[in-house]
Amino acid sequence: MTKMFHEPLIFEISGEGKKGFLFPKLDVPLKDNILKDIPSREEIDGFPEVSELEVVRHFTRLSQTNYCIDLGFYPLGSCTMKYNPKINEKLASTKELLLSHPYASEKWTQGSLGILKTTEEFLKNITGMDAITLQPSAGAQGEFVGMLMIRACLEESGNPRKIVLIPDSAHGTNPSSAHICGYRIQEIKSNEQGSVDVADLAEHMTEDVAALMVTNPNTLGVFETDIKKIADIVHSKGGFVYMDGANMNALIGMCKPGDMGIDVIHLNLHKTFSTPHGGGGPGSGPVGVTKELEPYLPFPIIEKEDGIFRLNHLRPKSIGRVRSFYGSFLVIVKALVYMLSLGPIGLKEIAEIAVLNSNYIRKSLENDYDLKYKTPTLHECVFSDKIQREHGVTNIDIAKRLIDYGVHPPTMSFPLIVQGALMIEPTETESKKDMDRFIDAMKQIAQEARNDPEVLKNAPHVSYVRRLDETSAARNPVLRWHNKPGEK
Amino acid sequence: MSYISLSEKDKKEMLARIGVSSIEELFRSIPDDLKIKKNLDVPDSLTEPELSRWMDEIAHQNSYHDFLSFLGAGAYSHVIPSVVDYLSSRGEFISPYTPYQPEVSQGTLQIIFEFQTLICQLTGMDIANASLYDGASGAAEAVLMANRIKSKPKILVAKSLHPQYREVIQTYTKNLDLSVIEIEFSDRGEVDYEDLKEKLDEETSAVVVQSPNFFGIIEKLERISALAHERQALSVVVVAEPVSLGILEAPGKLGADIVTGEGQSFGLPLSFGGPYLGFMACCKEFIRQFPGRIAGETKDVDGKRGFVATLSTREQFIRRERATSNICTNQAWCALRATIFLELLGKQGMKELAWQNLQKANYALNQITQIGGIKPRFQGEHFNEFVLEFEKPWAKIEGFLLEKGLIGGLSLADVYPELSNCALLCVTESHRKENIDRLVALLKEVCS
Repeated sequence: MTKMFHEPLIFEISGEGKKGFLFPKLDVPLKDNILKDIPSREEIDGFPEVSELEVVRHFTRLSQTNYCIDLGFYPLGSCTMKYNPKINEKLASTKELLLSHPYASEKWTQGSLGILKTTEEFLKNITGMDAITLQPSAGAQGEFVGMLMIRACLEESGNPRKIVLIPDSAHGTNPSSAHICGYRIQEIKSNEQGSVDVADLAEHMTEDVAALMVTNPNTLGVFETDIKKIADIVHSKGGFVYMDGANMNALIGMCKPGDMGIDVIHLNLHKTFSTPHGGGGPGSGPVGVTKELEPYLPFPIIEKEDGIFRLNHLRPKSIGRVRSFYGSFLVIVKALVYMLSLGPIGLKEIAEIAVLNSNYIRKSLENDYDLKYKTPTLHECVFSDKIQREHGVTNIDIAKRLIDYGVHPPTMSFPLIVQGALMIEPTETESKKDMDRFIDAMKQIAQEARNDPEVLKNAPHVSYVRRLDETSAARNPVLRWHNKPGEK
Repeated sequence: MSYISLSEKDKKEMLARIGVSSIEELFRSIPDDLKIKKNLDVPDSLTEPELSRWMDEIAHQNSYHDFLSFLGAGAYSHVIPSVVDYLSSRGEFISPYTPYQPEVSQGTLQIIFEFQTLICQLTGMDIANASLYDGASGAAEAVLMANRIKSKPKILVAKSLHPQYREVIQTYTKNLDLSVIEIEFSDRGEVDYEDLKEKLDEETSAVVVQSPNFFGIIEKLERISALAHERQALSVVVVAEPVSLGILEAPGKLGADIVTGEGQSFGLPLSFGGPYLGFMACCKEFIRQFPGRIAGETKDVDGKRGFVATLSTREQFIRRERATSNICTNQAWCALRATIFLELLGKQGMKELAWQNLQKANYALNQITQIGGIKPRFQGEHFNEFVLEFEKPWAKIEGFLLEKGLIGGLSLADVYPELSNCALLCVTESHRKENIDRLVALLKEVCS
C-alpha cells in the first residue's frame, strides 16, 4: 500500500469522445425508425468516456488500496477468512461451465447438473442431513429458506406457531430472517459459560414456539455441549432446531449436525468451503434438512433417473423458489473442487488445525487482553477491550492500530454479549510465523494502550486514508457522483 | 492437496504453549457420543492434475457448448471484454471480505460508489445500493420495500414479468398480509391496460412491470406509472436485460419509483444461472426503507476524500429483526465486473451495444416472419427478444434445429399455457449475420 497517489473517480478522468472498447461494425442492414413510438435517449447522461489503459490503471490502483487474504492475515471472527485455492478459480472458469445456459435442455447440461448433485452428496455426508438444497445465494437467504420450510411443515400440521427463540449471542441475520418469515423473536440468555442457558430455554419453550435458531459452535467459539438436551427440549414441544452453520469450520470431519438433533442447517460455502468473499459476495448458502422437511425444499430439485440427471419442478409442498435458476453455480463449483482436493483426511484437518491455531492465539494473548468467558473454545476466541478501556482505548482503536502493523482487524460488531469485542478467527491455513506477527502486534498494542494511548486513538497512520468520518457520511449522505454542480 | 501452512515442529511448539499434548484434547468440549468414529465417507483427495482431468470429464458432459444458441429469457450472451476478466481476477478484488474496515478497503468501497452512480445514471434514479443477489430476489425485495412504504394489502404484478421472478415474489410474500395479483398481457404483448385499471385501486401498494418484458416487448412505462400514481401506488420497474438502457429512456424519467433488475448482461458469463447480479435504485425520499449495503462519500481526519459503508442502521447487523432486509453478503465481485464493463464501454460503447442488439433482433424477426408457418405472437415493439408462434409443433422444430447444432429458443408452453406453440428467441450483438441467416434457412427448411 502506498500513499503516493489518490485515485480520482472514473467520472473525473472522463474525456469526451474517448473509447475503451470497439464493437464490430453492424453487419445487418440498418433499419431506421425502429423505436419511433418509444421514448429513447441519445446517450446515458454522465456515463464515463475513458480509454482501456485508463480503466486498467484505475482498477489496478484501486486494488492496491484493498487489504486481502492473498496479502496477509485476516482474522475476522465468524467470517472464516481462509486461503482461496487458485485451482478452484481456474476450474470454475472452464469454458463448458461458463457457456452453460440455465434454460438449455437437461440433455445438454448433464455436466452442470452432475456437479450440483455431487456437491449435494458431499454436503449430506459432511452434515449428516438427509437432503440438501444449493439454491440459496448466501447464508442469510439460507436462513430464510430454512425458516420457511419449518413454517410450511408446521402450517401443514395446522399451526405455524408464533415465536422463534434466538440466543443473545447470535448473528444479526438470524432474527432478521425469522422476522421476514412472520415470526416474533424471543431472546434466550447465555449462561456464565457463554452457552445457551438450558433452564431459560426450557422456560421459553412452549407450543407457541416454532423453532430455536442456534449457532454451534456459537459466536464465542464455544461448542454447545448440551446440544442434544437442547434439541430434546425443543422437540418435546413440537418445535424445530435450526443450526446456523457459519462456524462449521470448527466441526467438519469431527462431528455431524445430523447426529445432534438438528433439523435444518445452512452452510456458507464462502466460509468453510474456501470460496472467495470477493469483497462481499457472491456467496452461497446451501441448506440441509431431515427427511421430515425434505418435501418443502425449494424447487427445482435434481434427481437421477436411469443415469440421467433431471430437474423436478413438480413439488407440491415446496416453499417455492428464492432466486432465479439453481443457485450461485460457479461458487458451488469452487466448493466442490475444494472438497475433492482435500478428501476425508484433509477435510478433517481443517477443523483440527483451525482449532489449534485459534487456541494458540488465545493462549498467547490471554495475559494481555480480557477474556470474558473462560470456557474452552474451538475455532475462534473473543477478547474484549476491558483492560485497555481503563486507558480510554476501545476495541475500535485497537483495530485501527492493527492496520498500521499490516494486519486486518478482528470482528467487533458482535457478539453483543461481549462489550468491546475482538473476535479472532485465524482459520487453518495460516502459518505460525504470520500468527506470531499478529500476536506480537497485539502485545505491542496492549503496551501502547498503557504508555501512549494517543497513538491508538489516532490510528491508522500509514493507510491509504486515515480514520474516516462515518457520522457525517450517514448524516449528510453523498451516495453517488454528480455531473451537474449544485445538484444533490 | 492440503492448504495447511504449519510444520510438525510448529504444531508441537503450539501445543506446548497451549499446554495440551494433542489436538484431540482441544475438542474435549464435544461429547464423545457426538464425535464421528471414522473418516468422512467421501472420495480420496485429488492433486491438481487429477482435478483438472476430473473437470475435463464432467465439463465435457455439457455437450452443447459449441452450439449456436438463441436462448435468452433472463440469461444473456454478451461480449465480455478481456479487461473484465483480467482486472477482476486480481487477488485484491477476489480475496477481501466485506469492507468492514474502510481504511483498508477503499478500492472495494470506491468501486461500489462508482457502481451506484452508474446504476443511477442507467435507471435515472437518485440512489442505488451496492447490489442484491439477482434480478429475481431484487424484484421480491422491491415488493417488500413498496409494501413497507405504502402498507396497503395489494401488489399488482404483470404476468409478463419473468416467471421465475414471479415465483420468488410469491415465496417472499407468502407470510405477509399481502395479496399478489397478476395483470394480463394484451395482443401487443404489453400490460393489458384495461385489466390494470380494473385491478388497480386505493388498496394497491405497487404495480410491478418488467421492461423490456419477458416477451422482449418494451412497455409504455410513462402510462403505467401514471396509472399507478393516480391511485397512490408506487411504480416498480424491473429490468432483466439492462443492455436496453443504453438506448431506451431511463425508467426514472418515465415515472418509476423503484427500479430493480438483473445485471448479468454486464460482464458476467451465463454460468448455468449464477452467480448473477441484482441491482436496485429508487427515489431519495425512500432511502430509509431501502434494502442492502450502500457506500457513501466522506472525509478522513486529514480532510482527504474517502468512502464508507453508510446508513447501516437499516441493516440486520445493527437493527436485527427490524432491519429493512436480512441481506448480509451481496454480490460485490459481480458488481465489480459490471463496473469494469460499464466504464470500459462508456457512453458510446453502451449506446452501440444497445443499438446493435436492437438492429440484429429486428433483422432476425423480419427475416423469420417472412417464412410461412411462423408469425410474431405479439405486435408490440421489441428490444432483443421476441416470441414466435409456429404452425408445426415446436418440439419437432426444436429437435430439427438441435440436430443441426442450434438451440432455437425457449418453449413457453409450460409456463404460459395460452402460448402453447410459441418460443422465445433472443438475438444479441454476439450473433453474426451469418448465424442469423443460418437460423432463418433452417427454420425455412423445417417450417414451410
